Formats: sequence, structure tokens, C-alpha cells
Amino acid sequence: MLPLIAATPALPLDEAGKYVAGAYIVFLALIVIYVAIMAAKLQRIERELRELAGFVESRANGDQAAPAAEKVTSDV
Amino acid sequence: MYGKGLRPLSIATVAALVAALSLVFFYAPLDADQGFIQKIFYLHVPLAIVALVGFVIGGVFAILHLRSGEGRWDAYSYVSIHMSVIFGVAVLITGSIWAKASWGHWWVWDEPTLVSFLIVFLMYATYYPFRYAIEDRERQGRYASVFAIVAGAFVPLNFMAVRMAQSLVHPRVFATTNGGLPGSMMLTFLISLLAIGLLWVTLVKFELTAKSASGQLKRLRRALDAPAPGGSSRVAPEVS
Repeated sequence: MLPLIAATPALPLDEAGKYVAGAYIVFLALIVIYVAIMAAKLQRIERELRELAGFVESRANGDQAAPAAEKVTSDV
Repeated sequence: MYGKGLRPLSIATVAALVAALSLVFFYAPLDADQGFIQKIFYLHVPLAIVALVGFVIGGVFAILHLRSGEGRWDAYSYVSIHMSVIFGVAVLITGSIWAKASWGHWWVWDEPTLVSFLIVFLMYATYYPFRYAIEDRERQGRYASVFAIVAGAFVPLNFMAVRMAQSLVHPRVFATTNGGLPGSMMLTFLISLLAIGLLWVTLVKFELTAKSASGQLKRLRRALDAPAPGGSSRVAPEVS
């Protein structure tokens, strides 16, 4: 890391620096927000899949009334 | 199906982004006129190019949807436009920051490049309410495709109109005559463009994979709720 910092040219981090940093941070923030949204979607899909797996299991066992989610949590 | 090749693509995207950022801050020389603030150029311009190309790609997918009637082309078109709108937000914000630093104003209304991009962005912002105002899925896809084709055709026309406006405020750095980008800056720009392009493709694939998984789940749920003879065929890939 130190050689990398040493190789850094004398960046004029005064007036211009904050604008450049701001632009790149905005870009990074948008990507992070998007990834967070995708992670939330993935969690929802996983949860639904778990429910369905539990439902299929309970149906296969002939136990329609069994709470599906509880059966699956032991598998995870 | 949509997730195929996502891992190497993601790795290539991260590598390209790291390479691009390294070149921007450690290799590309400072601009003689604008100085350090010009570094925004390597982010703002590739984002704008990729966003506009993405809108056109969305239109091409829409043509394929109308020609074939296959729902997957509609999904491709929707996701391409969706991702380009997100990139468009980044373009407008980074552009405003650059304008403030260079011109002293967050927005300049007499600059054709800025205003034309805003018009394109706002036009595509209406895509969502337009699309979701239609309840019938088939009609929704068809009408959205017509919108995507018309709007997609507008993008290059808009670009050409701006070029012909010959503004003196917004510099034309890709000129073939004197005053174009020097080699080191051009290389940095091209790597940045590649990185942002790869990021767009990767995020489109991520979105399509998530939508496909969500659609298949819905089908699975429907099939399990109301089983029919030969029910396994009902659990077919779907992108909602």
C-alpha cells in the first residue's frame, strides 16, 4: 500500500479535489445502493424458496397443515 | 440461464474498474487548462456514452420483441433501459459537480449537451409510469416496446442535433484535428469506457438473473397452489 501512496502524484486536493472526490463518491454510492437493493431482492427470493421447499416437503409427507417454514429451517 | 458467465464477467468488471481508476489517478497527466478537476471526465463521459448506448440497445431489444413476440426480449429491453436510467442519474450528478467546479454553476441552461441529456433522461423517466399504467402483461410489453423503439431512435438524432449546435462552451475533445486528446489521456479514457461498459453489462445480467429467479418462483408457487396434470411443465423459466 505504501509504494502505491508514494507513487501517487502530488494530487491537488484543495478546491478541485473535493469536487473530484464528490463525483467518484456519488458513483460508488450509486453502485453500493444498487447492490444493497439486489441483496434485499436475493434475500426475498431465498425466503420464498425456503417457504416453497417447506410446502413441498409437507405435501410429500401428507401433512398439509404443518407450518412449512419451521420444517425447512432445520435444513439450513 | 441469465446467470451463465456472471462470475467471470464480474471479475473482469472489477479488474477493469481497478485498472481504469489506477490509470486515472496515477497515469493520466493533469489537464493544462482544467487541472485536477478534469479527472471527472474519465467517469462522467463514459457513463454518458454507456447510458445513451444502453437506451439504443433497449430499443433494439424492443424491435426483437415486437418481431418475435418472445417475452425475454421485452425483459432485456426493460432491464437495459432501467440500468441506463440509473447510469443517467450518475451522469447528471457527476456532470453537475463538474459544471460547478468548472463554470461556477450546478446547471447551465444554455448548454445544449446538458439540456439534451436531461431531455433524454426525463423522457426515459416516463417509461416506468407508462409501462406500469397498463395492467395486461402482453399489452404492457408491446406498448413499452413501441416506446423503447421511438425513444431509442430519438437518442442518436438528439446527439447529432447537439453536435451540429457547435457550442463553444462544451469542449469537443475527440476532435481529429488539433486539440484532441493526447495518447495517454485517450488510453485512460478508453479503459474507463471499457470498465463502465462492462459494469453496465454485468449489472444488466444481475438484474435479469434476479428477475428470472423471481419469475420462476412465482410460476412454481402458482403450480403448487393449483396442481394440474403434467404439472412439471408449468414450472418453466419466466422473466417477470
